[in-house]
Amino acid sequence: MHEGSPAEFLRWIVLLPLIGFAINGLLNKRLPRAVSATVGVGSVAGAFVLSVMAFLKLRALPADERVLVDHLFSWIPVGELNIDAGLMVDPLSACMILLVTGVGSLIHLYSVGYMAKDEGFARFFAYLNLFVFAMLVLVLADSLPLLFVGWEGVGLCSYLLIGFWFQDLANSAAGKKAFVVNRVGDFGFLLGMFFIAEKLAGQVGDGNVLGFATMAAHPELLAPVATVAGLLLFLGATGKSAQIPLYVWLPDAMAGPTPVSALIHAATMVTAGVYMIARMNFLYVQTEVAMGVIAVVGLLTALVAATIALVQTDIKKVLAYSTVSQLGYMMLACGVGAFAVGIFHVLTHAFFKALLFLGAGSVIHAMHHEQDMRSMGGLRSVMPWTFRTMFVATLAIAGVFPFAGFFSKDEILYKAFLESPLLWVVGFAVAALTAFYMARLMVMTFFGENRADANTKSHLHESPLIMTAPLMVLAVLSVVGGWMGWPEFLGGSNWLHHWLEPVFAGVGAHGAEVVGHVAGATQGVATHAVDASHAADALHTGGHSVVTEWVLALASLSVALGSLWFGFTVYTRRQSVATQGQAFLGGAPHRLLSGKYFVDELYEYAIIRPIGWLSDNVLWRFVDAVIIDGLLVNGVARFLAMIGHVVRILQNGLVRWYAYSFAVGVFAMLIYLTRKGG
Amino acid sequence: MPAFIESHLLSWIIFLPVVGIALLLVAPRSLIRPVAMAVALLDFLLSVLMLRGFESTAALQFVESVNWVPQFGIRYALGVDGISLWLIMLTTFLGPVVILSTWESVTSRVREFHVFLLLLQAAMLGTFCAQDLVLFYVFWEAMLLPMALLIGIWGGARRLYAAVKFFLYTAAGSVLMLVGILYIYTKTNGSFALADFMRVSLTPGEQAWLFGAFALAFAIKVPLFPLHTWLPDAHVEAPTAGSVILAGVMLKMGTYGLLRFAIPLFPSAVEQFAPLMAGLAVAGIIYGALVAMVQRDMKKLVAYSSVSHLGFVVLGLFALTPESISGAVFVMLAHGLSTGMLFLLVGAIYERRHSRLIADFGGLAHGLPRYSIAFMIATLASVGLPGLAGFVGEFLVLLGSFKSGSLAHSHTFVALAATGVILGAVYMLWMVQRVFFGPCDKEENQKLTDLSLREVLVVVPLVVFIFWMGVYPKPWLSRMEPAVVKVIETHQARMAIQDAAVSPANDAVRFVENGEER
Repeated sequence: MHEGSPAEFLRWIVLLPLIGFAINGLLNKRLPRAVSATVGVGSVAGAFVLSVMAFLKLRALPADERVLVDHLFSWIPVGELNIDAGLMVDPLSACMILLVTGVGSLIHLYSVGYMAKDEGFARFFAYLNLFVFAMLVLVLADSLPLLFVGWEGVGLCSYLLIGFWFQDLANSAAGKKAFVVNRVGDFGFLLGMFFIAEKLAGQVGDGNVLGFATMAAHPELLAPVATVAGLLLFLGATGKSAQIPLYVWLPDAMAGPTPVSALIHAATMVTAGVYMIARMNFLYVQTEVAMGVIAVVGLLTALVAATIALVQTDIKKVLAYSTVSQLGYMMLACGVGAFAVGIFHVLTHAFFKALLFLGAGSVIHAMHHEQDMRSMGGLRSVMPWTFRTMFVATLAIAGVFPFAGFFSKDEILYKAFLESPLLWVVGFAVAALTAFYMARLMVMTFFGENRADANTKSHLHESPLIMTAPLMVLAVLSVVGGWMGWPEFLGGSNWLHHWLEPVFAGVGAHGAEVVGHVAGATQGVATHAVDASHAADALHTGGHSVVTEWVLALASLSVALGSLWFGFTVYTRRQSVATQGQAFLGGAPHRLLSGKYFVDELYEYAIIRPIGWLSDNVLWRFVDAVIIDGLLVNGVARFLAMIGHVVRILQNGLVRWYAYSFAVGVFAMLIYLTRKGG
Repeated sequence: MPAFIESHLLSWIIFLPVVGIALLLVAPRSLIRPVAMAVALLDFLLSVLMLRGFESTAALQFVESVNWVPQFGIRYALGVDGISLWLIMLTTFLGPVVILSTWESVTSRVREFHVFLLLLQAAMLGTFCAQDLVLFYVFWEAMLLPMALLIGIWGGARRLYAAVKFFLYTAAGSVLMLVGILYIYTKTNGSFALADFMRVSLTPGEQAWLFGAFALAFAIKVPLFPLHTWLPDAHVEAPTAGSVILAGVMLKMGTYGLLRFAIPLFPSAVEQFAPLMAGLAVAGIIYGALVAMVQRDMKKLVAYSSVSHLGFVVLGLFALTPESISGAVFVMLAHGLSTGMLFLLVGAIYERRHSRLIADFGGLAHGLPRYSIAFMIATLASVGLPGLAGFVGEFLVLLGSFKSGSLAHSHTFVALAATGVILGAVYMLWMVQRVFFGPCDKEENQKLTDLSLREVLVVVPLVVFIFWMGVYPKPWLSRMEPAVVKVIETHQARMAIQDAAVSPANDAVRFVENGEER
């Protein structure tokens, strides 16, 4: 990795939102709303401008020198460690900061309208700015520990924002659940770091053992721990990116205000796990086991969440499970070694899923905070812009050409196919489910008769421009956003792939190996593919023709269209919306899905309650009170008293005991006096 | 600074509170608090002078040494290194904070209360500075009485039980340490100096018994599981000021003693017992957290959380790496700030509501925004959020212990200890949720007032350092590191000498190994 050109303005990218947080956080309600809004939106927009500058500066450099660094200070220097606080922009983090500040700006702007009447207006923007700050630290960090600062920081903001309306205890409970479940992941993250640090400590010159550049420069030292460290770090990613077994917090996180769901729980924070794995690609390419686990877990998560999404009736819950499912796709991509494709889906998904959430927010806003789709319907005519933009997003997430989701999803499925056709089959099924539940969501919300009560019905309205404008921008991005990865077999240049190439330089060999493995190509092709682009070529040509790509793409497209059509038909023709899912699926499977496979209940009864019971009744009331205090402490006291007795009989004049009786005597007198006096 | 202060800076720092006690005894009633406050602030200023004059080397600094009881070779010997430096700073920093925090809450026997506070401060400072074992022991025991009296006189309903339990528990431990000190004394040339104690060569058998005696005294103070049951009672009954000092400084006496005495004096016993100590430490981390989780009383919850946090310190000490020991010292400081702040805040709400039961609260965030924010910051520091003080220490302890070459099963210990990261979030955030969030539906809670200006002044200095130590810990780490490294090097050198004595053939090998490892 190139050591990087210094660029001191990078610090301002993270500092601007931090300043915004400080202003809104400290002055809070003393500020007029207009000022709060300006500071909140302006600080993120400013960071966006600087991010664009960083991107342009990066693009002007030769491909293998595209690294900008801003060394801040020496953070934890002790012993063999010298952990620095430094920022780094390379092609990967450039994508992420543009995403975070760009989509972030739009969502901040939307929030000005959405939260206009909320009592905690300034507090909301303070938290949102703090989130952007932490998220930027996460993606700009040049080392794992600093990434971890951002990682936990976004978790904190997520906690605060899920429980934003804290007077409803359910909201803060959901926030706490998110934090704790993420901590389970962080446990893995920490141990993963320790395995790496142990291997590198004392072996690398500057002691910055967890710096990305340092780690990437010593893959041979990482090799022995690649599997264990890779799996532990992935445990961290399953928390942040809501994968099996730690995805359970994300659906509950929908308790937060909807812009929060769009920004944190769809577009940015939840992709941090994918980002981290892509960032650590030099580690993961050394471990087939961890990669296999990531691919399988990602795929299973995609499948499980998509099935649950089929029967949810809360519009945000459908989108939440959809997000979990799409994150599974991204993990699948990473697991088959296609990190660039995983990041590609991070970007396109951010556009269309942020749009879907903001659209849902617009609907909820109009429906007086009603989120149940069974009470919606027919909103198409009342909210034309919300409907149109969400329709675009639906086509994008379903994977219809030439909308954004088509390109990234198709490429993921293609890469999965190269690894194993079985992966492709399941991924293909998930694509069908995705289109179906989105069709269901759109029909239940926008088509048919409106099922709200009369009062709500009379107040239905399209949202103001400050909310619909971000929807429109995101709608445009949900179309053109995918074109940056227009594949070569369709006559494109796959710009994003080449842009990210320097970051994933070491990956090509692995990809080629996979191809070799699957296609039975000669080992020679695989091992001698040193150059990344060379290896990439091998991916395209090695054993699979362009025909395969065409066939798979057409299959994707037809399943998207077919499933959308099927969903629209089923749901527009049925009258009683409430019973549709049940009738369609049958009783028991429907109960299983609407009960979300009862995973929450499983955790509750298998883990949480037993630990609580053990702590309360065994550890505290028995071990502490009976064993330690009752038997040991009192036992020792009796023993000492006995010795004291013997000593007194012997009268051997140990000064010590005199001193003690003196002290105890004084003590007793004082207490006697105070009790008498007080 | 004047020469007569400069040459005896440590004595001034230790005994200024005693001078303050003399003033308090003659001061008019209305001036008691201002006098005590002025003395505490001045003491803090003196310690800042010490900090400024401190050089980042392993050498003992500001050394004073005069004969005290020449017949027995007892000397009045003081000195600081990079470890005691920060513990002294913590003590003098918390002094004024504590006095300001009790400005309105303590109303009976105000004079005695402040006398005991200052006496306690002097004893604690002396303990950190003493370089002679008898002097150390005198200061160590001198801490006991004022604290027991603070609990016993100004405490809650069961204060007598708690005070006696505290007194007997800790006194019992120190008896054995005294025996140990006297035993080693017979092997020196009539000196109680720590430096002379270090030169005594002891057989592994002797070391094991002596280590047991010292470690028991210190482990009770820490408190190390399963010797912790005095702590929840002491905390629950103690007045707020007592709890803050107890958690903020006195618990560190145990870990400081392990680091200053038990580890350097008995190298082979340390190697032998390190897995046991680390095992108890890890047990304490998990056990303390689990029991904290089910507490109904906020103060008791924070008390059990201390058992968990101090477990990290002990684990770091016995892993014997520069990172883990630096981390352990850092946790001592960070825990002093965050847990001290939690006790201050629990005390503040107790003064208003006369309850500490979690179930009596709910929804406080709405009516008490300042209080809630302060509590949230202390909570986050306590759960080790990166960017705040708690993280740096825990991270270093865990990482340093993980790569420890001397501690067997270090990976397992660290993996178990790291579950504390999860459990810490569970018990703290669950308490926060029940106290601060949800509807404020109890009538008594709706009239509660937010933090006053005085209380904000108490809390702000703590918040400043919680952030400072988390974001830029280098000033702390760089000053303590030479002393920490010296502890480890001394340990290794003494091990090498001992091994050479046992089997000369291994001598060279051992040296080479150590050289390579470090």
